[in-house]
Amino acid sequence: MTKARKITINPVSRLEGHGKVTIHLDEDGEVRDARFHVTQFRGFERFCEGRPFEEMPVITQRICGICPVSHQLASAKACDAILGVDIPETAKRLRELEHMGQFIQSHALHFFHLASPDLLLGWDADPAKRNVVGVINAFPDLAVKGIRLRRFGQEIIKALGGKKIHPSFAVPGGVNGALSREDRDGLLGGFDEAYGTCRTAIDLIKGWIEKNLEQVKAFANFESNYAGLMDDQGCPDMYEGRLRIVGHDGETVAEFDPADYLSFIGEHVEPWSYLKFPFFKPQGYPDGGYRVGPLGRLNAADRMRTPKADDELQVYREMSRDGLRGCTLLYHYTRLIELLGCLERAEEILTEDSVCGQDIRITADPANEEGIGVIEAPRGTLIHHYVVDKFGAIKRINLIVATGHNNIAMNRSIGLVAREYIHDGEVREGILNRVEGAIRCYDPCLSCSTHALGQMALKIEIYGPDGMILDQLQRN
Amino acid sequence: MGKPKIATVWLEGCSGCHMSFLDLDEALVDVLSKVELCDTPITDFKDFNFPDVDVGIIEGSIANEEELKIACKLREHCKVLVAWGDCAVFGGINTLRNTVPKEAILRRGFIETESTVGGVMPVDPELPLLLDKAVPVNYHVNVDVYVPGCPPSPEAIAYSLTEILAGRIPVLPSEMMHYD
Repeated sequence: MTKARKITINPVSRLEGHGKVTIHLDEDGEVRDARFHVTQFRGFERFCEGRPFEEMPVITQRICGICPVSHQLASAKACDAILGVDIPETAKRLRELEHMGQFIQSHALHFFHLASPDLLLGWDADPAKRNVVGVINAFPDLAVKGIRLRRFGQEIIKALGGKKIHPSFAVPGGVNGALSREDRDGLLGGFDEAYGTCRTAIDLIKGWIEKNLEQVKAFANFESNYAGLMDDQGCPDMYEGRLRIVGHDGETVAEFDPADYLSFIGEHVEPWSYLKFPFFKPQGYPDGGYRVGPLGRLNAADRMRTPKADDELQVYREMSRDGLRGCTLLYHYTRLIELLGCLERAEEILTEDSVCGQDIRITADPANEEGIGVIEAPRGTLIHHYVVDKFGAIKRINLIVATGHNNIAMNRSIGLVAREYIHDGEVREGILNRVEGAIRCYDPCLSCSTHALGQMALKIEIYGPDGMILDQLQRN
Repeated sequence: MGKPKIATVWLEGCSGCHMSFLDLDEALVDVLSKVELCDTPITDFKDFNFPDVDVGIIEGSIANEEELKIACKLREHCKVLVAWGDCAVFGGINTLRNTVPKEAILRRGFIETESTVGGVMPVDPELPLLLDKAVPVNYHVNVDVYVPGCPPSPEAIAYSLTEILAGRIPVLPSEMMHYD
């Protein structure tokens, strides 16, 4: 009997959004193909047309409830470019501080709420318990620490923008409110605990990697390009900088002003996903795939800007020297190094005198017909590109979201994991969870991915060689 | 008697309402100890085969065929259905697309966007077709409780849940009633 079939995982869970995976097996029950489908599409690139550009920071942040601040800031930066202004120094610091709050909450959310069940409870743990509730029950102290670390990031955002999700803060030309001394002092009181929790998490992931080194090496380990915004010292800069792309050997293959992104980045469309596939144009599709987010940024960087994170980067470098740079599971470690760096940067900003200044906004009429705003979102480089008419109404809007840049890599990763673990047509639940785990490493934000119009859920379908669905694999 | 069972889904939305639920922070530990979480985006249950639950919660509007199917299925399997947030209650930001034909929206996204190289219209059995319009949940299924806000505050989420579990249909106090 033929073992050919299609496996579907739907929805892929513990991701921010809905995704679906299909795995096609050939006659011998070996993996022929694996695809990650994003199944929702919302249409921001069309329905924003005609609206005043000043509305964009408010509208586009609704693309994502996990990283609304990233969209708000990329959008505000594109609007600054349309106004043709350099915003006041205090406004820039406050925007960056808001952004650090978002990195802290988003990275903590991913590690503690979404990824830790696999690491702490195990890939093969009972699916009914393999979630944040299971972690709360098994490791109550750690779970509460993680919840409090995420809360700390959210509180930074709330102190600036009035609420934790979809805050109102960055506007064209600056920000709409100053930081009070009282709020600043309150926030500064939270760092000791936050550093402690971050350190606990770093120790935990390092211990896990050490214990599972063979698995780390075998799990979706592949060479790719890596990319991220860098400052002039070659340190990852989450708010601004030049976009650097390095090859798998660590050599820089391109470094450019992100406003020139159209010369370097193209987007491929596959008819089976609503999420496009960005690639580095000189290398074409799919060879020009690259990875963004924590692993992409740290592999592209020369060093970190803050001392504690830089020390930890050296440890990571030492660990990843022997062919481990491409290990997808190292996303978890690099994410926590960034979390540490973002805590340091937030503290730095809060201890500057100027942070409570009142010079926070420049008003101006539109000076340019085009504006491009690029920042590093927690999941990677985020590009907002607007063209306006002489009245400031949006004529065209193009968005490339962080998760999109990783689309080629995510598809490659699930293929590698599926081939590693699925043989002779035999599939069990824990294996499907590993396939999902490969996607989970990238912390894809499917809310963002679906800005065009899409939704993602993980489902494994088993297809016959003739393309007929033979079986669907489900949990429970 | 076992703990009350809850299932949640996010349809056409941004996940912000679920994030606001997580913003209960330490109080979350208490809430989660009183209920049994069945299908939710933060657990590992698959295939939207909902068990019978006491409370079903929907974030997001309904804008494609799969979302419609999921909403109907959850309605069938829950006693009380809650709409979380402006997208589920009113349709939200997604309804901005309703004045534009869906073909034009797809064309812009996958063919005309400046960075797209050799684009095609995505058509595949794996991809749910868009409905003509993005609509609130109650266009298709009956909703018992509405909790508006973009997102609803954690307080509003906790209050409404507590009331429902006590067997009452919640009336949100005015300070928890907001639409932004």
